[in-house]
Amino acid sequence: MRTTLAEKVWEEHVVRRHEGEPDLLYIDLHLIHEVTSPQAFDGLRLAGRRVRRPDLSIATEDHNVPTVDVDKPIADPVSRTQVETLRRNCAEFGVRLHPLGDADQGIVHVVGPQLGLTQPGMTIVCGDSHTSTHGAFGALAFGIGTSEVEHVLATQTLPQVRPKTMAVNVDGELPEGVTPKDLVLALIAQVGTGGGQGHVVEYRGQAFRTMSMEGRMTVCNMSIEWGAKAGMVAPDDATFAYLEGRPHAPKGKDWEAALDYWRGLVTDQDATFDREIHLDASAVTPFVTWGTNPGQGVPLAANVPDPSDFDDPDERLSAERALAYMGLQAGTPMRDIRVDTVFLGSCTNGRIEDLRAAAEVIRGRSVAEDVRMLVVPGSGRVRLQAESEGLDVIFKEAGAEWRGAGCSMCLGMNPDQLAPGERSASTSNRNFEGRQGKGGRTHLVSPLVAAATAVSGHLATPADLSHAV
Amino acid sequence: MEKFTAHTGKAAPLRRANVDTDQIIPAVYLKRVTRTGFGDGLFAAWRSDPEFVLNRPEHDGATVLVAGPDFGTGSSREHAVWALQDYGFQAVISSRFGDIFRGNAGKAGLLAALVDHKVVERLWSLLEQDPATPVTVDLEQRLILAGTGEDAIRDSFDIDDYTRWRLLEGLDDIGITLSHVDEVEAYEAHRSPLRPTTVPAG
Repeated sequence: MRTTLAEKVWEEHVVRRHEGEPDLLYIDLHLIHEVTSPQAFDGLRLAGRRVRRPDLSIATEDHNVPTVDVDKPIADPVSRTQVETLRRNCAEFGVRLHPLGDADQGIVHVVGPQLGLTQPGMTIVCGDSHTSTHGAFGALAFGIGTSEVEHVLATQTLPQVRPKTMAVNVDGELPEGVTPKDLVLALIAQVGTGGGQGHVVEYRGQAFRTMSMEGRMTVCNMSIEWGAKAGMVAPDDATFAYLEGRPHAPKGKDWEAALDYWRGLVTDQDATFDREIHLDASAVTPFVTWGTNPGQGVPLAANVPDPSDFDDPDERLSAERALAYMGLQAGTPMRDIRVDTVFLGSCTNGRIEDLRAAAEVIRGRSVAEDVRMLVVPGSGRVRLQAESEGLDVIFKEAGAEWRGAGCSMCLGMNPDQLAPGERSASTSNRNFEGRQGKGGRTHLVSPLVAAATAVSGHLATPADLSHAV
Repeated sequence: MEKFTAHTGKAAPLRRANVDTDQIIPAVYLKRVTRTGFGDGLFAAWRSDPEFVLNRPEHDGATVLVAGPDFGTGSSREHAVWALQDYGFQAVISSRFGDIFRGNAGKAGLLAALVDHKVVERLWSLLEQDPATPVTVDLEQRLILAGTGEDAIRDSFDIDDYTRWRLLEGLDDIGITLSHVDEVEAYEAHRSPLRPTTVPAG
């Protein structure tokens, strides 16, 4: 039978298949962080259970850690307790942990790939919805809740109902100045926040074959924002080049054997998907959100939409509510929207390539007066790499704040938050009401738009900036 | 987990679509290390509005939430389910749920009943006319029952067979899987040695 990539990976991991039950899948890698794990470890303790495979588990501190004064104790006692609980749990159950201050500390979805732990054909889970990021390597990766975290800790398996498959075929190449972030924002605006529900998506076509691994991670990362269970890109030479030499990548003869296996991880010709979507990459332009979910987006060159333009009554109501919350008038050019804060970071756009792209725009320019720009590397390792390239100096000389690694203002769980009414251009993944701080207003943007917006003070692309540096 | 067969209680109409888990409970409330104590954070940003449905005295004590489409999208936080349960909800009715939320609800014992949006509309109308009308969510028969006479609602809801069975029996998933541990061991015995481990690379 002709099968898709997702089906191949699924079939390789079925531990038990029984009529009337979900498949029981083996999990190759379990990523753990401080927020969604304490109750799971507690559950193990109460039941007298152990972690079945500590050697397939790894933990880091990311969601609530501060990005300044990281060498001092965490000021917020509740956050500190949560982080200390993770440290105690990892010590007690024998799980490897990269704590604050360690070079491999950082956002869990940046750490896995950079260590070479994320590899093609694996099943990867984490108590975090953006686990879909790892699908960029041709892994089947998805977010789970805390009860499932406990289930994986105890059994290294998960019962899963087989999802449907979908292909997103993107032909052509992204034009100069248009990024994978713009592509995925345009896709979500087209299909809606529930458009991928119940499906594992494979991103296919020329646009992905020429896309960097960082870009593929950005797109797969946001699969959950249109409801997909997971997003995948078939592995190719770019995948192998990214992996080669990383600490946990196979070496020597194992590398050759792994390559043989990985090269087979493609959707068979003539295999069918339950659904297919087609997009033309060459038609995508810089894209930003105006509303309070990631599907409420428009090209940066467009205007804030009018709720009466929406036929669906629920969408119209959502748009009205979103405009009221965002403090926006229908018909306002998106370019006229001024921001108070620019956030460059997150598991969506906090990797070295993102920092390089933004630094190139910022170089020799200044962050606009009254704009605060936070640059938060995705991991300690990304921060060190950026510093070795002098990117930190570029950001600091422009007036941006150069921070330690973590999730930071993406979800505002640590002190990096918007004040009520404040507006941000953010390279993160969610513009939900209050996501970046109670009453905060978020516009999702690419790293290039973030950098240009920081300089001009309103939503902008690098092409909008004066050439005189 | 306690068995769930049927529940009857007051219901609250939440006339909103796309209620993501950040709205159900914002991140700042996720710092607790226990499974309880999240009720105060439920819909935190909206609770300061006296007109918000849960602040209306006529919906006091509601145990069934009737929500718009795409309820529980976004973040995987199971705290969203715990917050609903802490507040007193035993069932949520919607025409579409976020996948992870629905999975979490099934694990934690909150019934997520999937219905056609028309049923949600009819429940909303009924509850806005008569907030005290009890709503029954019958898991054994997969039925939602409310009201009397011409406007009476008697519609079926969807839930996958396995989750229904586990909820009816009050079974813990981990216990079920551990009863098949021999199959897990058999899988591990022939698992590819090329798969990486997290043991620090030497």
